[in-house]
Amino acid sequence: MSSALISPAPAIDPAMNNGAFDVAVIRAAFPALQQTVNGKPLVYLDNAATTQKPLVVIEAVNQFYRHDNANIHRGVHTLSARATDQYEAAREQVRSSLNAAVVEEIVFVRGVTEAINLVAASFGQRLNAGDEILISALEHHANIVPWHLLRERIGIVLNVIPVTDIGELDLSALPALISPRTQLIAVNHVSNALGTINPVWEICQIAQAHGVPVLVDGAQGLPHGVVDVQSIGCDFYAMSGHKVFGPSGVGALYARRPWLDVLPPYQGGGDMIETVSFDAVRYAPAPAKFEAGTPNIEGAIGLKAALAWHAALDWQAIAAHEAQLLATATTGLRDIPGLRIIGEAANKVPVVSFVIDGTHPHDIGTLLDAQGIAVRTGQHCAMPVLKQLGAVSGTVRASFAFYNTLDDVAALIRAVHRAHALLT
Amino acid sequence: MPNMTHNLAPQAAIAELKEEFAFFDDWTDRYQYIIDMGKQMPPFPAEKQDDAHKFHGCQSQVWFDAEWKDGRLELQGTSDAAIVKGLIALLFRVYGQQTASEILATTPEFLDELGLKTHLSANRATGLMGMIQKIRAIATEADYR
Repeated sequence: MSSALISPAPAIDPAMNNGAFDVAVIRAAFPALQQTVNGKPLVYLDNAATTQKPLVVIEAVNQFYRHDNANIHRGVHTLSARATDQYEAAREQVRSSLNAAVVEEIVFVRGVTEAINLVAASFGQRLNAGDEILISALEHHANIVPWHLLRERIGIVLNVIPVTDIGELDLSALPALISPRTQLIAVNHVSNALGTINPVWEICQIAQAHGVPVLVDGAQGLPHGVVDVQSIGCDFYAMSGHKVFGPSGVGALYARRPWLDVLPPYQGGGDMIETVSFDAVRYAPAPAKFEAGTPNIEGAIGLKAALAWHAALDWQAIAAHEAQLLATATTGLRDIPGLRIIGEAANKVPVVSFVIDGTHPHDIGTLLDAQGIAVRTGQHCAMPVLKQLGAVSGTVRASFAFYNTLDDVAALIRAVHRAHALLT
Repeated sequence: MPNMTHNLAPQAAIAELKEEFAFFDDWTDRYQYIIDMGKQMPPFPAEKQDDAHKFHGCQSQVWFDAEWKDGRLELQGTSDAAIVKGLIALLFRVYGQQTASEILATTPEFLDELGLKTHLSANRATGLMGMIQKIRAIATEADYR
């Protein structure tokens, strides 16, 4: 299966969407989309912040609480066995959705933020003052601050792959940024602020040639395509459930097999041990070693439902549909006087970040909300890149999911025209 | 459009705002009205647009100053965001040119009555509440002196 995200040169033809993908059927699965806001039909364009949930996810969580709720791994009773089976089936679903080689490579976490903090904490124990971590100028704060904390704690050096003025990573600068002290490259798959799809497979190839492992922040990747960690060639891949139509507070870290034994535990507690005495503790093998305490069981079960549903979708057709949403929104918004799109990479998911001369993003966002349209305004947890691209007061970000329609795009453009008229 | 130097008592100013708000059918028009109120505020002195006068707790930039004149509180403020500036103008219509006891007698419930609390994003409502608290704190201090 091809996908915009993993193929180095995605060829997407909007004409490919000739009825194979019925957005009306998809929308019907999302109860939250069937409402009015401020007297207008809801147009939900804040999908990069979080996605709405299909009925199958809501029902899976509901069913768990109604029938199977118990703690996992430790109980002898029937409910505990059922809960454990479902939780471990969820792990297998994540493995399958990321195409990891073995299920042990999937560690449940709260989300991408925790996944990166886990790697920073565990991998960080191998680092010494002067060792280098290489991130990119496009990163979300979740892939900056954990490394900054490590810099404060042990004196590592944080280097940054530069970004061009259209919002693409400047990979020509990459080889020179890798030094013998570079211990890890940590980059996002897709920029949350701009929508840029980064060529992570290419970064992994360059990194491999230098013997440097790569962590990919995949928060914005899976919602827009099929991810294959083996084909990307990364050592770590982090994903969040709520960005991919699943529950909040659950996500996964893929860690390639050799790292599972090498890395020390992240947090201490129950479920991550084999034996405990006051003098010695024997840790459980991975992934349990990294999962201290009772996890978000219902979250994992909801995530399983979300990913199974996601896997059954026609991603060729979705890629065409999303490309059409992006192209239509981009063209329509460009017509508005004084509007500047921030981030015009050649390879993007359907995210349009923009500013309008002489207006504040918050004013635009408020006036869009009054018209039933949900967008995000501000810095999108990516202050460095917005500063570089000249959007210091932040941007308005319309981020689409495959359940959005061309009518949603038209409503957005109409509403931005109206807000623009009121504010200028 | 009311002029900004009027001196209605707070409750009368609130009643007037409610009447004006009721005139509009939808929130886009109401926001336009709020934006226009901001545009008609006297300009905030450029020399006061500094860190000392910056009001924190807002995502947009807000500057604010208050001074007692003949027992009434003179308020000045502005923002780089048009709706926030309009909301500041709205607060000033209620709290500006009032005595300390009038200010203290006016609790922020009127934001609810105007429908503003449900319509503003949480962080903007917090910023607005923060400014009311600041104005009331200034009045409390004056009241004790």
